[in-house]
Parts: sequence; structure tokens; C-alpha cells
Amino acid sequence: MPQTIPLSWYLVLSAVLFALGAAGFVFRRNIITMFMSIELMLNAVNLTFIAFAYHLRQVDGQVFAFFVMVVAAAEAAVGLAIILTVFKNRATLQVDEIASMKN
Amino acid sequence: MDAIIFLIFAAAAVIFGINVVLRTHPVSSALALIGVMASLAVIYLLLGAPFLAAVQVLVYAGAIMVLFLFVIMLLNAGSEKKSRGAWMARLAGVPLLVALLTILSFVIFRMYPRSVGVKFGSFAAGTVERVGSALFTTYLLPFEITSLLVLIAILGAVVLGYKELD
Repeated sequence: MPQTIPLSWYLVLSAVLFALGAAGFVFRRNIITMFMSIELMLNAVNLTFIAFAYHLRQVDGQVFAFFVMVVAAAEAAVGLAIILTVFKNRATLQVDEIASMKN
Repeated sequence: MDAIIFLIFAAAAVIFGINVVLRTHPVSSALALIGVMASLAVIYLLLGAPFLAAVQVLVYAGAIMVLFLFVIMLLNAGSEKKSRGAWMARLAGVPLLVALLTILSFVIFRMYPRSVGVKFGSFAAGTVERVGSALFTTYLLPFEITSLLVLIAILGAVVLGYKELD
């Protein structure tokens, strides 16, 4: 086993996780699972930021990842409040049934 | 040793990620997502970011995912139903996602050949001290704006969840 891991492995892991998150967002019909897929994509992007912070030997990438985490926390709070309100008015979590703005 | 730890936790992250997408019950998806975040925290440690690894476990896996689980259980969400639109999205989406992943991997391997490596311990700037001093000097203005953002998010959540008393 080599002592150094290629940087590209980290980036490919990030790409795989991002693609999984995108797949979940497109394929799933439960609004909470779609929201969790967004969190998965944000995590994948954070991994890229931190891998490049290592590669460029600068701490700025880690600061950006920190900001992404803060924004994700704010987004989760507001998004879950919106989901609660939708459920209170519609009594469903299926996005197919929340389509009153379609057509 | 580094490579073995990386491979174990990368495989764990991908397997948990597949579970997030494939599980039909939201609680299973949420638990798998916590697994992804914990695996990523170990990989952050390998990349020399101990502060972010701690924040990942505390804030992401701790606070945000508990909020998710709390809402799932509050709404008593069950397994999702299959629908026609989901089937069509799968038919068109899987080839597109495979193409996206292939192109991304190709570009990554072209831009960063194997000689560009990551060695554990050769970069130790991710300590609380270094990240904190960067946050409070270079990134002071964005940091303060972030505090405003969090305040607005709290107010928004309260307004949205507010229930009028009769």
C-alpha cells in the first residue's frame, strides 16, 4: 500500500456522493427524503472544498466549508418549517400531490 | 495505513449514500445519512481538518439530523408510494447521472494524476486556532453576515411554524 493517497480519489468520492444526492433528489417523491438528498450534495461539495484546501495548503477552503455548514443549518431550519406548514395544510408529504401551481 | 483507512470510510460513505437514496422509509434514509456524515468526518481528519471533522459530527450529524428525525417522527411519515412520474424520471435520469459521473471522473483524473497525493500529517492548518483566526480576520465580514442569516432563519422558522391561538 502506498503512503500517499491520490487527490483524485477524494474528488471522485465527492463526485459519487454528489451524483447519489442528485439521483435521490430526482427519483424520490417524499419531500423529506428529497431534502436529505440536498444535504448529501452539500456534504459532497464540502469534501471537495476540504480536499482542495489540503491541495493548495490554504485554510480558506476549510473556512468556506464552515460557511456551507452554517448555511445548511439555516436552510434545514427554514425548510423543515416549510415542510411542517405544507403538511399542516395538505396532510401529505408526496410531492406529486402538492402540485397546485402546476399548469 | 492511510490508504486503508481512506478506502474503508470511502466505501462506507458510498454504501450509506446508496442507502439514503434507495430506502423507502424516511427514518432509514436519515440514519444512513448520519452514517455518511460520520464517514466523511473521518475523511476530513485524513485531510488535516480536525476542527471541521468535529463540527461535522456535532452540527451536521448531531443537530441537523436530529432536527430531521424529529420532524419525520412528528409528521409520522411512512414509506413513500410509487408513482408514474418517478418511473419516468428513473428511465431518463439514470443514464444522465451515469454520464455526469463518468465525465466528472474523467476530468478529475486528467487534471490530477496519481502523482498529486495526500499524505496524512503533512498539512495541519485545520486546527481551531488557524480556522478561528482566519474567520475573525480575513473573513470577518462574511462571518458577521452569516450571523444575520442565522437570525433571519430563526425568525422565518418561528413565523412559519407559528400557530394562531383561538
